[in-house]
Amino acid sequence: MKPAAFDYIRADSAEEVVQLLAEYGDDARILAGGQSLIAALNMRLAQPRVLIDISCVADLSRIRVGNKNLTVGAAVTQAVAEKVVQDSNNIPLLAQAFPHLGHFQTRNRGTVCGSIAHADPSAELPLCLVTLGGAVNLRSWRRRRRVAASEFFRGVLTTARETNELVESVEFPMPKKQARYGFVEVSMRHGDFALVALAGAVSDQGVRLGVGGVADRPWVETLPTTSGDDLDAALEDLAWKLDARSDQHASARYRRHLVRNLGRKLITELSS
Amino acid sequence: MNDPSTPVRPTAWVGQSIERREDVALLTGTGRYADDLGTRPGTLHAAFLRSPHAHARIKSIDVSRALAHEGVRCVLAGADVRSWARPFVVGVKQPMEHWCIAVDKARYVGEPVAVLVAQDRYIAEDAIDLIHVEYEPIDAIVDSETAIAPDAPVLHEAVGSNVVSNRQFVYGEPDAALDAAPHRVKIKIRYPRNSCTPIETYVVVAEHGSEGDYDVLSNFMGPFSLQAVMALALQVPAAKLRLRTPRDGGGSFGVKQGVFPYIVALCLAARKAQAPVKWVEDRLEHLVASTSSTGRISELEAAVDSNGRISALAYDQLDDCGAYLRAPEPATLYRMHGCLTGAYDIPNLKVRNRVVLTNKTPAGLVRGFGGPQVYFALERLVQRIAVELQLDPLEVYKRNFIGAGDFPFRTAAGALIDSGDYHATLQLAGQRGDLAELVEKRDAARAEGRLYGIGYAAIVEPSISNMGYITTVMTKEARAKAGPKNGAITSATVSIDLLGAVTVSVASVPHGQGHITALSQVAADVFGLNPIDIIVDVELDTRKDAWSVAEGNYSSRFAGAVAGTVHLAACRLRDKLARIAAAQLRCDHADIVFADHKVFARTAPAEALSFPRLASGPHWAPGVLPDGVSPGLQETAIWTPEQLVPPDENDRINTSGTYGFAFDICALEIERDSGKVRIDRYVTAHDAGTLLNPALADGQIRGGFAQALGAALMEEFAYRPDGSFASGTFADYLVPTAVEIPEPVIAHMQTPSPFTPLGAKGIGEGNSMSTPVCIANAIADALGPAVDPQAIELPMTPSRIIELIAPAEQRPQHIAPPPQGDGKHFATSGSVNIAAPVEEIFRVLHDPEQLASLIPGCRKLHVASDNRYIADIALSVGLVNVSFHADISVVDEEPMRRMRLFGKGSGALGAAEGDGRITLTELPDGTRLDYEYKVSLSGKIVAVGARMIESATGVVLKQLFSRLGRVAGHKASGAARWQGLLRLIGLGKPGSQERR
Amino acid sequence: MKRLRHTRHTVAIRLNGIDRTGECEPRTLLSDFLRYELGATGVHVGCEHGVCGACTVTVDGLAQRSCLTLAVVADGREVRTAEGLAPEPGVLSELQAAFRRHHALQCGFCTPGILMSCADFLARVARPSEPDVRQMLSGHLCRCTGYSNIVSAILEVASGNEDSPDA
Ligand code: FES
Ligand code: FES
Repeated sequence: MKPAAFDYIRADSAEEVVQLLAEYGDDARILAGGQSLIAALNMRLAQPRVLIDISCVADLSRIRVGNKNLTVGAAVTQAVAEKVVQDSNNIPLLAQAFPHLGHFQTRNRGTVCGSIAHADPSAELPLCLVTLGGAVNLRSWRRRRRVAASEFFRGVLTTARETNELVESVEFPMPKKQARYGFVEVSMRHGDFALVALAGAVSDQGVRLGVGGVADRPWVETLPTTSGDDLDAALEDLAWKLDARSDQHASARYRRHLVRNLGRKLITELSS
Repeated sequence: MNDPSTPVRPTAWVGQSIERREDVALLTGTGRYADDLGTRPGTLHAAFLRSPHAHARIKSIDVSRALAHEGVRCVLAGADVRSWARPFVVGVKQPMEHWCIAVDKARYVGEPVAVLVAQDRYIAEDAIDLIHVEYEPIDAIVDSETAIAPDAPVLHEAVGSNVVSNRQFVYGEPDAALDAAPHRVKIKIRYPRNSCTPIETYVVVAEHGSEGDYDVLSNFMGPFSLQAVMALALQVPAAKLRLRTPRDGGGSFGVKQGVFPYIVALCLAARKAQAPVKWVEDRLEHLVASTSSTGRISELEAAVDSNGRISALAYDQLDDCGAYLRAPEPATLYRMHGCLTGAYDIPNLKVRNRVVLTNKTPAGLVRGFGGPQVYFALERLVQRIAVELQLDPLEVYKRNFIGAGDFPFRTAAGALIDSGDYHATLQLAGQRGDLAELVEKRDAARAEGRLYGIGYAAIVEPSISNMGYITTVMTKEARAKAGPKNGAITSATVSIDLLGAVTVSVASVPHGQGHITALSQVAADVFGLNPIDIIVDVELDTRKDAWSVAEGNYSSRFAGAVAGTVHLAACRLRDKLARIAAAQLRCDHADIVFADHKVFARTAPAEALSFPRLASGPHWAPGVLPDGVSPGLQETAIWTPEQLVPPDENDRINTSGTYGFAFDICALEIERDSGKVRIDRYVTAHDAGTLLNPALADGQIRGGFAQALGAALMEEFAYRPDGSFASGTFADYLVPTAVEIPEPVIAHMQTPSPFTPLGAKGIGEGNSMSTPVCIANAIADALGPAVDPQAIELPMTPSRIIELIAPAEQRPQHIAPPPQGDGKHFATSGSVNIAAPVEEIFRVLHDPEQLASLIPGCRKLHVASDNRYIADIALSVGLVNVSFHADISVVDEEPMRRMRLFGKGSGALGAAEGDGRITLTELPDGTRLDYEYKVSLSGKIVAVGARMIESATGVVLKQLFSRLGRVAGHKASGAARWQGLLRLIGLGKPGSQERR
Repeated sequence: MKRLRHTRHTVAIRLNGIDRTGECEPRTLLSDFLRYELGATGVHVGCEHGVCGACTVTVDGLAQRSCLTLAVVADGREVRTAEGLAPEPGVLSELQAAFRRHHALQCGFCTPGILMSCADFLARVARPSEPDVRQMLSGHLCRCTGYSNIVSAILEVASGNEDSPDA
């Protein structure tokens, strides 16, 4: 398990990064924390010609808690973001989600944007981003664009990012007043990817339930109500609609069971 | 440093939990594991090419591109192996050939097909991808019950069947007992494939010497009977295969036994490379292809009276040994043969043992070896007896246990169980674990509708295997022809150097169990020294050290056999010293005392000799030794338990030298919402005879318990129906972490064994045998009688539990079902509307250039024959990219309406096959194209990322057909415009309709 | 910007307080570089995909997987391994001594990685609870010990660990 050969470029600015992406496109991969990428290189699932290391780019290492958004730059590690979230004491969904994210040893290196760009359908951060209605800022040599999270994730490991684009930052909306947020996850072991993860946001504007680990991408559904038969019916539909798949760890039926039962439990808790 | 600080002690060292001698090196990163030792300059590195198919004929291997790669020395393939080696000898007489790498056929995913040797591992892995192998896949057999069907594909054609051994045994009068019994209780269970997956993988450094000999450094851990198997395969005398093992091993649990075929392959690779060759197995290789426990399906029936007393057992065991019967298999069946009646006094027994081969990794030693399989059936049965007869399970135990006064006890199948007090151990477990409180908790929880259960397990833990037990697989006639096999020879050498320091040297090949510490305790007691004064040499060199056929780190033979033999050797040396001292102290040698670094006469302690002084003397002045004392201060003791005789006429066999006991209690709760199991308390009471070092013994219990909990709840080598392997990473083969493992309550009884020199028995495997079934029994108890007992299958994952207890569900009618795969394939489908006429789409799909532009990632496409193309494709999905060769054919099934687009691809990551049907339907403004695809994958890609690739395939197909839409639509609109122009100038076909 | 072709280059790190250099390609994993180029064989490799934790080292004080780090990325940084934990030759650190006292290791293959995680963790979390310690440990696989002795050793050291800063 050793990587195939590649050239290595350590970039000093975001501008250099997008320039390099313009030059190499799909022949390059961005190396931020490398916690998924290097595993894929070791297994030779990825054999890029060029690796662009962005971990030392100062202008990508910013994280900002604003009034509207928590904005996290491409080189910000999960450990740094976790600390900011914990210290701010006002970003409840992420605060609940972070401890489920791998292990502290991988959070030390892994980046927030890397996890978003990787788009694993079982990963926690994409689920939070979708549930909160966040956005992804993409930058290429020619343009910048902002893509809503709901548009960004397209399938397993597949996103709206073009090969010449860098996920420059992501924006997690700050909590709405009076809204309540909750995160639950069932995984086989602590720190594993979720068999099913649920993120809930309940406010007077409605009920949003995010589901990870079931569909081919993080999914968010607006539910009609917070209790009763209508909630049950909506969850039942949701459970089936996501086309859960079976694998050696859990059956599709199990995943549907969790969507229904933990979904109801989470929404009930958040609305009581 | 924290050396055991030890002033004068009143008691013996044996029995104390002293700190480990091993730890300082290991804690400071200065351990000496196999991969840490230097290699000779010029050592090359190997990588293995492995089969992506579970079952395939190897038609050709082309290594030319790999050899041309810079830094590559050579490739060893089947042809070399055929000319230099022989197949491994097998435990049963069957015409099957198992070579160290596949020669004509690959029979499991991950089977080595070639060994490539290069300057370093990175280059070796670069070049391995350049070897081209042409395979012809054959249907694979995964399920052992399917494998025995008459029409099943056969793995080894010469055998003619997948059943390679079928033996029946009858002891006492089981049929009569079953007929007469008021109750018959029956259970059928499946024990899965799993492994203890040590964190250190296999390491081999092999060299071919100038005299045709081989020199190997590896982390092989025995049994050293396999040295003969390896030497025979290499066609050299045993002495010409020198095996060395380093001091430190990174965990084995039996698993390191499975390195032996690689040792042979690397010896041959070194011979071909004419240089030393090193190989460090990677984790992917380890999970897919190293070894596995034996999967088993057992049907077990008991004859029981109304009190729960069992009078007979009838076993039908079907073992899945994987693709080859690799030594020491089918030992999983026979190691436990004497113990099939467990801890019970059951006089009548019948057994049918069948061994079946399937397209999976060959099975081998895994901690517990045979025990987990037997007790999973037997102890589930005991639980069922209690349920069906409405008895307290503890009563069933008590009524059937071998009585404390009945030892040594001969079981129906011949085991001579040496000692124990099972009733008292059960009692002890109940007290230490506060069983009464657990029962109260269960009642209270149940009253609230919670799922709380208590399970038990009683197991007899055999240790020190009889080398002859495996011959029970042969008929007595065959045994007579082959000559007897038996015993468990162990050797140990104790010597004293010229300044009086004691060295103990053994062939126990430790992998973390603290052999150095324990042996220094044993020897310190004999010589009246401190453990720190004793040097223990556990490095092994088969050319220089004393070792025997039974040696190695397996069958829990350390405490009973190895420590016992060290004790014997040390005593002999001490007695010799006593004679020398007696001459100096002018007393009888029987009166000599060794204590506190001194040697003196019991009657005159003041007149003491210092130990080093006494012990160095004979080196310098052998001429003045007392009469009858031979020169030299070195004693090698060789011991074998006399109780270990070959199987008798009636197939009775004392399978092991000594037998410990464990009684476990597990209380757990199942969360209804998630199906997760929370262990409330786990109690494990052991009787392993004399404990040499209780902390080391507890370490074995905790470690065994943790592995067994993994086996019970999460670990499994998962195969798909086509034989592809789905647990290729540590993200899919789930080893429990600190969060999942609770601390067990441990209790000890010590009933010394009368058969081992120190009274010690093995303790390392008990929990591997007791814990999986104890947890399963607790789960069965929690789920209640409504759940089918046979559905309790390991690992009991949350998903399996929910499948048993969740209410039935039904898809709402307004939600359409997704395409259904059939287990071997996954399915995907879709439809696109294309603004082009049907004919145009047909044309595009039959035009190679157009086709090339349609296929995502297609770099090169050439026509192989009519409607058949060969393409080079490189696809990217997220950070992943895959390159492969594809063989694509287009078949018209109904012109202008239905066609088949069939593709087969293979690359470094494995192989894929896609078979799709395309249906075209004319629409007013174009064509609707519906596609339905079935895709199957095999090889590495399944092990590490099947889900990702499957879902990517859906994306890629969608891309392909929407491109088709663009290309054909564009053509169509181009053509339409052209036609429009033609019409303008009056040449257009009348009646041709314009679309768009 | 620094561009390195896929051939060999010199990488300089400060390893356990000593400046060291070695040669490697951009693709060389830090774990391989430390072991085979610099001889730090206390760095163990158990999976090379980031799950087992055996290869954990600290880079600039942060515990991380050396199998998921490229040696060229560590260039110019401070790397610590189990070889550098003892305060002086022949003396175990407090944590190492506690591991020994508690029988917190058997084969010892997982141990150096765990010690390095602890080095980072205990510097951040002054008084961890047992669940904190178990969660931190969940980034490591140990096949021998069943973990509980490791947990006790760490908790014992942490409870005497009054003067490290609160996280
Ligand atoms: S070797 Fe790095 S985490 Fe396993
Ligand atoms: S001590 Fe062996 S893996 Fe932890």
